[in-house]
Amino acid sequence: MSDKPSDSSSNAGPIFLVGALAVAGTALGVVFFAADEMGESITYFWDPTQVVEAGSAAIGPDIRLGGMVQAGSLTWNESDQVVTMTVTDNENSLSVRCEGAPPQMLREGIGVVVEGTMTEAGTFDCDRLLVKHSNEYKAATEDMTAEERKALYKTVEGYEGL
Amino acid sequence: MNDKLWFVPLVLGLVALAVAHYGGLVMAPTEAMMGEVGRIMYAHVPTAWTGMLMGLVAFVFACGSLATSKDGWDIGTHASVEVATLLCTLLCIQGALWAKPTWGVYWDWDPRLTSTAILVLSFAGVLILRALVHDQGKRRIVTGVTTILAFVNVPITYYSVKWWNTLHQDMSSGSSIADEFKWSLYLGWLAMMLIAVGLVGLRSAGLMARLRREHGETALPKAKQKIELLAEKGGA
Repeated sequence: MSDKPSDSSSNAGPIFLVGALAVAGTALGVVFFAADEMGESITYFWDPTQVVEAGSAAIGPDIRLGGMVQAGSLTWNESDQVVTMTVTDNENSLSVRCEGAPPQMLREGIGVVVEGTMTEAGTFDCDRLLVKHSNEYKAATEDMTAEERKALYKTVEGYEGL
Repeated sequence: MNDKLWFVPLVLGLVALAVAHYGGLVMAPTEAMMGEVGRIMYAHVPTAWTGMLMGLVAFVFACGSLATSKDGWDIGTHASVEVATLLCTLLCIQGALWAKPTWGVYWDWDPRLTSTAILVLSFAGVLILRALVHDQGKRRIVTGVTTILAFVNVPITYYSVKWWNTLHQDMSSGSSIADEFKWSLYLGWLAMMLIAVGLVGLRSAGLMARLRREHGETALPKAKQKIELLAEKGGA
């Protein structure tokens, strides 16, 4: 370590500290207090209610829709490779149609994010289907059947059956 | 302090990591939703917590470095930014490997993933900028200021899953994780913390030795310095 100051700039440290903290604090403050507002304009996905409220404005452009797969709504047509389901936020729901094999985790009651377009007919045409996982990590239970256990070992295989 | 002592937390951490992963990969039950791929949690979550904390450590070092103008704080900033960069890069790789079989994609530009990617780039940016400045006084200030600015993104990354709609799940906590999974997860975190501390310590010792060599070349030889110092005292 040097016994002498390297140059005059080393005495300016505290000034830079105050300056950097001020800039950093302001930036963080803006994000913190504006996060809610930003959520409106900079959004990763829309929920069904936002899409329904947007009405005809939602028809056409590529958007992401996020929500839960409604119980009893999921179908998988293997010969056509088409998934249909109802995505809901418990207030509003939209029918979604996706082409291609869905991720293995897709099931009823799970969160999904779908990318695609709203059609005039009121259904969402999806060309990319992502499955969300919750932050709940639960152990597989003992009373699972051998079949169910085996299913847990599947990873990237195509979704099979419902 | 003997620099070799930093191997103690590093080795302890590696042993703890092996035990934690034996727990996570072999002993813990399968995760109910994700199946076997859910076991990436034991690597990913400890890496995330440790990476964010190393960002905080770098921030504290940077504040100390600017406040005191002491080289030790600056070296600590450099070493902890390096370890934070390493951990956040690992985090993105582990996350991608986990995302493919669960979400269906390796990557998507959701707020959590995007802010983590920015974090990696900004920490790497600090190191690049630092490498370009040769005067130690200026380098200390450049490193301190840019580290503080890069750190802003740590709380943003952490809270991104609360503030915005994300593909990434909400943050994990004790109550959201099954009891059977906990000891492996927390031991894994302790292991990563020990490894990170060991790496920062060892790297700091190495960097400090290099800085002393650099200064040795430019400064007066030690003996001559001492004579001058004595002469000064004698004259006063």
